[in-house]
Amino acid sequence: MSSTSYAPQPGAAPIGVMLRAQTGLETKMLLRNGEQLLLTVVIPSVLLVLFSAVDIVSTTGPGARVDFLAPGLLALAVLSTAFTGQAIATGFERRYGVLKRLGASPLPRWALMTAKTGSVLVTEVLQVALLSVIALLLGWHPQGDPAAVLLLLLLGTAAFSGLGLLMAGTLRAEATLAAANLVFILLLLAGGVIVPLSRFPGAVRPVLEALPISALSDGLRAVLQQGAGMPWGDVGVLAAWAVVALAAAARFFRWE
Amino acid sequence: MQSEAVAVTGLVKRYGDKTAVNGLDLTVRRGGVTAVLGPNGAGKTTTIETCEGYRRADAGTVRVLGLDPGDPAQAAQMRPRIGVMLQSGGIYPGARALEMLRHTARLHAHPLDVDELAARLGLDSCGRTSYRRLSGGQQQRLALAMAVVGRPELVFLDEPTAGLDPHARRATWDLVRDLRRDGVTLVLTTHHMDEAEQLADRVAIVDGGRVIAEGSPEELCRSEAADTVRFRARPGLDLGGLLKALPDGTAVAEATPGAYLVEGSVDPQLLATLTSWCAQSGVMPEQLAVGRRTLEDVFIELTGRDLRA
Repeated sequence: MSSTSYAPQPGAAPIGVMLRAQTGLETKMLLRNGEQLLLTVVIPSVLLVLFSAVDIVSTTGPGARVDFLAPGLLALAVLSTAFTGQAIATGFERRYGVLKRLGASPLPRWALMTAKTGSVLVTEVLQVALLSVIALLLGWHPQGDPAAVLLLLLLGTAAFSGLGLLMAGTLRAEATLAAANLVFILLLLAGGVIVPLSRFPGAVRPVLEALPISALSDGLRAVLQQGAGMPWGDVGVLAAWAVVALAAAARFFRWE
Repeated sequence: MQSEAVAVTGLVKRYGDKTAVNGLDLTVRRGGVTAVLGPNGAGKTTTIETCEGYRRADAGTVRVLGLDPGDPAQAAQMRPRIGVMLQSGGIYPGARALEMLRHTARLHAHPLDVDELAARLGLDSCGRTSYRRLSGGQQQRLALAMAVVGRPELVFLDEPTAGLDPHARRATWDLVRDLRRDGVTLVLTTHHMDEAEQLADRVAIVDGGRVIAEGSPEELCRSEAADTVRFRARPGLDLGGLLKALPDGTAVAEATPGAYLVEGSVDPQLLATLTSWCAQSGVMPEQLAVGRRTLEDVFIELTGRDLRA
């Protein structure tokens, strides 16, 4: 039993190894969480099927309902993972001292944040693949330039990650849990995901259009439904949110 | 290689208007086990966490392995070389025990064998159990395993056996001893006297945010005048006669009827005098025991308080 030598031989693993290990663990933690799966997989899928099949919200523009809905639900998928899921998970990691303990490990903080981003992107790839398959089965005909779609998704991820981390790093874990879910519902209803913004009174529309979720769903819809080129207005709104939210998170995030 | 693993000088740390650490000095030499002993709120955890880089000193200097944990670049050099066990938590609630240990191993260049370490600490049977479903003792042992799996040269353990059952406590002590044997420096906080007496080469007694006594357990417990002999005999012995036979400066008392206490410089000569007096008086001294001060006595003497109070 005590034949093992514990003689010191300290050292950090190569940064690439640490990043891969941490990204893998973060992704596993994200996908293992049941409530998380409900939020990231079940809700967007059910909404997509339900609203495609039933004419609850009459849509605008040409084409089938699914052509209107699919871009909105891709935006919702980004919101659920990058913002709600990440905020809740990180809030509780902070509360349980996980971030504190990792802070004493060889893993640099920037690498922890990179790993978190990596796990969000992996999850989003799975979400986008699943939602796309469902939408295609429902008769979706996506248009436009995939590069524009990719840019919008990445900027949306950056903006929502910044907002999620800002919330997780400043509020108590329970407050983050409540607030992140509330924001999810509000943005789902008022962010052009399934209800077109044109249905809202003109007075509130400029405010709603400035929300990151509106910019993302509107931009994705412009490309995927209408086959437009790069929607620079929406790209600009998302980029602005990303810069402000990430800077605020970097400034105000408290590790314990 | 600098000779000191930890050098803390004049450390002051305040939280708001509360002073947690108030001019604390602590030197930990390389190799061996140093116990930081004191009641709750004495400043033990604040001191350790300042060494680990979690807290910024309000005054004083802290060097760990010759590096300043308050300087980001030096702290980054320090972190791969130390092992840390927090007082509680620090692990993803949804992570499985072995998964978490294996992950921590992967962050280091030359980790210990994960399965062997887990088996040694009795974590092999619960390897697939998530952290939140582990018992308190299993959670503690997992945190301990994570602190040592990277083959650190310096290990900080904050109350490593708090809440452990005797068996798990023994397993922890055995591992600490093996780490020490192989040249790892260990700093642990505890409010268990026996833990410090069993494990530590050096003990720093902390109270009110400063070190009030420091030394090996033997040095701290040694005392010229306060050793004791206790024995039981029939009540009402003529203690005046005994006192005359014993050397000057010795005190004798019947603490409770039939229970006698001799206090003084206890040496073989004194024992011989005591027992021959008993023989002449036709008294059989039963349960005769020579007492030595414990760290607990030292602590009470220094602070006037019970450690657990």
